[in-house]
Amino acid sequence: MVKVYRPSNLKEALEIISSEKCTLFAGGTDLMVKGKSWSGLEPSFDRPVVFISDLDELRKIKINEFFLTIGGACTFTRIIDNSQIPDFIKEAFIMIASPGIRNMATIGGNICNSSPAGDCLPLLYAMDASVVLESIYGRREVNIEDFILGPGKNVIGWNEILTEVRIPTKNFKIRAYRKVGTRKSTALSKVSFAGLAEIEGEELKDIRFAFGAVGPTVVRSRRIEKKIVEMVSEKKLEVGEIKKMYGSIIKPIDDQRSTANYRREVCLRFVENFLMSCKWR
Amino acid sequence: MENKIRFTLNFKTVEISASPLKRLLDVLREDFSLTGTKEGCGEGECGACSIIVDGELVNSCLYPVGRVEGKEVLTIEGFRSTPEFEVLRESFEEAGAVQCGFCTPGMIMAAEFLLRKYPHPTEEQIRKGISGNLCRCTGYDMIVKAIKLASERGDGLW
Repeated sequence: MVKVYRPSNLKEALEIISSEKCTLFAGGTDLMVKGKSWSGLEPSFDRPVVFISDLDELRKIKINEFFLTIGGACTFTRIIDNSQIPDFIKEAFIMIASPGIRNMATIGGNICNSSPAGDCLPLLYAMDASVVLESIYGRREVNIEDFILGPGKNVIGWNEILTEVRIPTKNFKIRAYRKVGTRKSTALSKVSFAGLAEIEGEELKDIRFAFGAVGPTVVRSRRIEKKIVEMVSEKKLEVGEIKKMYGSIIKPIDDQRSTANYRREVCLRFVENFLMSCKWR
Repeated sequence: MENKIRFTLNFKTVEISASPLKRLLDVLREDFSLTGTKEGCGEGECGACSIIVDGELVNSCLYPVGRVEGKEVLTIEGFRSTPEFEVLRESFEEAGAVQCGFCTPGMIMAAEFLLRKYPHPTEEQIRKGISGNLCRCTGYDMIVKAIKLASERGDGLW
């Protein structure tokens, strides 16, 4: 049996993990399944466990004109029930799992689990979110796309805790979040998609697409987004060409949940649907 | 961390010695003989082990007992002594919402959590509220009807 710590504040937690390699335990909804043993036997962990879900420092939500800051141990329910968070951000969290799981699972856990199918990730990529990592030596901020390296892999140090998620509070007139799963609740994504566009009058200012569960990490291309803005400003938007460009970078796999062809096709149709619904046309 | 864990279980303070990583589900069933809370899948998919901790519905199969220190736990056995349960019981019986009964304790806890949040839920809110609880007998319609009935009958209770 491994050692278990229940620190009463962030400082204490950081001190514990600076002296030995531990497993940080927030909501535990992934860890308890990974470590699952026979019924009646306790789940197995290979390193000491530190419970961090009740640390007040990690449960705050703040919003100002520049950033929405969500504490790493905020549960999905806490995010959904917060009256200051815009609805389109909540939407990604509402579609994750089930009420019981949303009461436990945390945003920091979802990010650190770094699953290609992590459902809050496409929106965070599209919003240019960043994460704050703290250790006893200080704090650093890392862009979400630099944080996640591949399935289950990220740059967090063993002495660090993801304390905050920072989301720029930029406004987008057109927003879409789509999740395709086998059923509406408690389903892992076959595909998830976040689309954002800012339009002033007839002019497209900014457009962003992010795709989840179709590659080792979330797929987003600033190059193609720039191309779309250029095409729209020249009034020469070729939806087919844009789809072809995305088709060349979206390379999903076949697995137990879906097939590569289906996933790619759905992504491209989301792009088409989003572009066709925008008003500049 | 000390292995003595103190918490409130069904309105009474209890203390046990257990590995903090033991699943709360197993602690309830084995250490306290509260077998109303069921294990279906053991990985958070089916909701048969649903209980309420500090007012939040959780899957007890994913909840290590070490996290429960100082918290209030409500299981179907404790909930049975409340007037809200009586209303839900009557409504479930009347609507035919119980067949094999395995999902029922979890379903009732999910219904209670839902009604605390929305005393007069819409059908959509009810379906979302029980979306983490699988039932292989009823096809859900009777359960949805039962919760609707309970919300009308228990007007003012939640």
